[in-house]
Amino acid sequence: MTTIQSVLTIAAVAAGTMLTRFLPFILFPEGKTPPACITYLGKVLPYAVIGMLVIYCLKDSFSNGSYAFPEVTAGIFTIMLHKWRKNTLLSIGAGTVLYMFLIQNYF
Amino acid sequence: MKKKAFQAAFPYTLPICAGFLFLGMSYGLLMKSKGFSLFYPMVMSMVIFAGSMEFVTANLLVSAFHPLHAFFLTLMVNARHLFYGISMLGKYKNMGWKKLYLIFGMCDESFSINCTVDPPPGVDRGWFMLFVTLLNHIYWVTGSVLGALLGYAVRIDMTGIDFAMTALFLVMFTDQWEKTRNHKPALTGLGCSAACLAVFGSGNFILPSMACIILCLLANRKTNDKEAGEQ
Repeated sequence: MTTIQSVLTIAAVAAGTMLTRFLPFILFPEGKTPPACITYLGKVLPYAVIGMLVIYCLKDSFSNGSYAFPEVTAGIFTIMLHKWRKNTLLSIGAGTVLYMFLIQNYF
Repeated sequence: MKKKAFQAAFPYTLPICAGFLFLGMSYGLLMKSKGFSLFYPMVMSMVIFAGSMEFVTANLLVSAFHPLHAFFLTLMVNARHLFYGISMLGKYKNMGWKKLYLIFGMCDESFSINCTVDPPPGVDRGWFMLFVTLLNHIYWVTGSVLGALLGYAVRIDMTGIDFAMTALFLVMFTDQWEKTRNHKPALTGLGCSAACLAVFGSGNFILPSMACIILCLLANRKTNDKEAGEQ
């Protein structure tokens, strides 16, 4: 990507973010209620999108030589640690360090 | 009035400070490891100010140029903000110029404080919410800059730092999973995306996944709504 293309990409992301933040205030000025279908999507979409982002992160892992072994190992470790300690920073930190160790030394 | 509001807001932002400095630093390090100068994570944290989307943008910046794709992906990833906005319609009312910044800086963490915390009596709500938002914004930008600086200063092998993003989403997924008994929406996200990845390949699967997710969710509206009602 050229610098201009990077700037445009960042601008597109910023514009998209701002649209999601400002739109309700533009569409529903004082006292108007949003339709039920939107309220419903608002309730369920956050769950589905995180699932999509997990797949997005792993999109290239299964097609390279390691068959996603480091990703799956570090991923299961992250989830287990998180279920046990419930400490977001610890889970992310330790999971990432384990992944870096695996990928730098064995793959 | 401002001083009082700041003193009331600051303690609530301390846990966010720890989290944002850490996550911001991983983000700054990640950007540096992909070859970007300090300037990129700094400006992105200032103007985008949406953590998970900034991690995704780091990937977009090293793939093929496709701004429309970036825009729609952002809408999808940040769609939750629409609903934060809907919940804050009342609270951000009559805030004058502050309202613009409050909406601009409405990340998950600022939203969660401003939505749930009532400032103590005698403290101006507008300034309280403004300081919550501003402090979080400052923590996030500072974290990204520190991370990028760390990338310049320390010569360690950063291969694999990308996994911080995967770990972040896995943690969010786990938290959400345990918060609800209805796992259909989460499974819809995983299933649709995995199926589209298999069909369309890793370069082109995001847009079809989003379409597929929305259709499946709308098709299951009756059962999902019912189960949500039972909880």
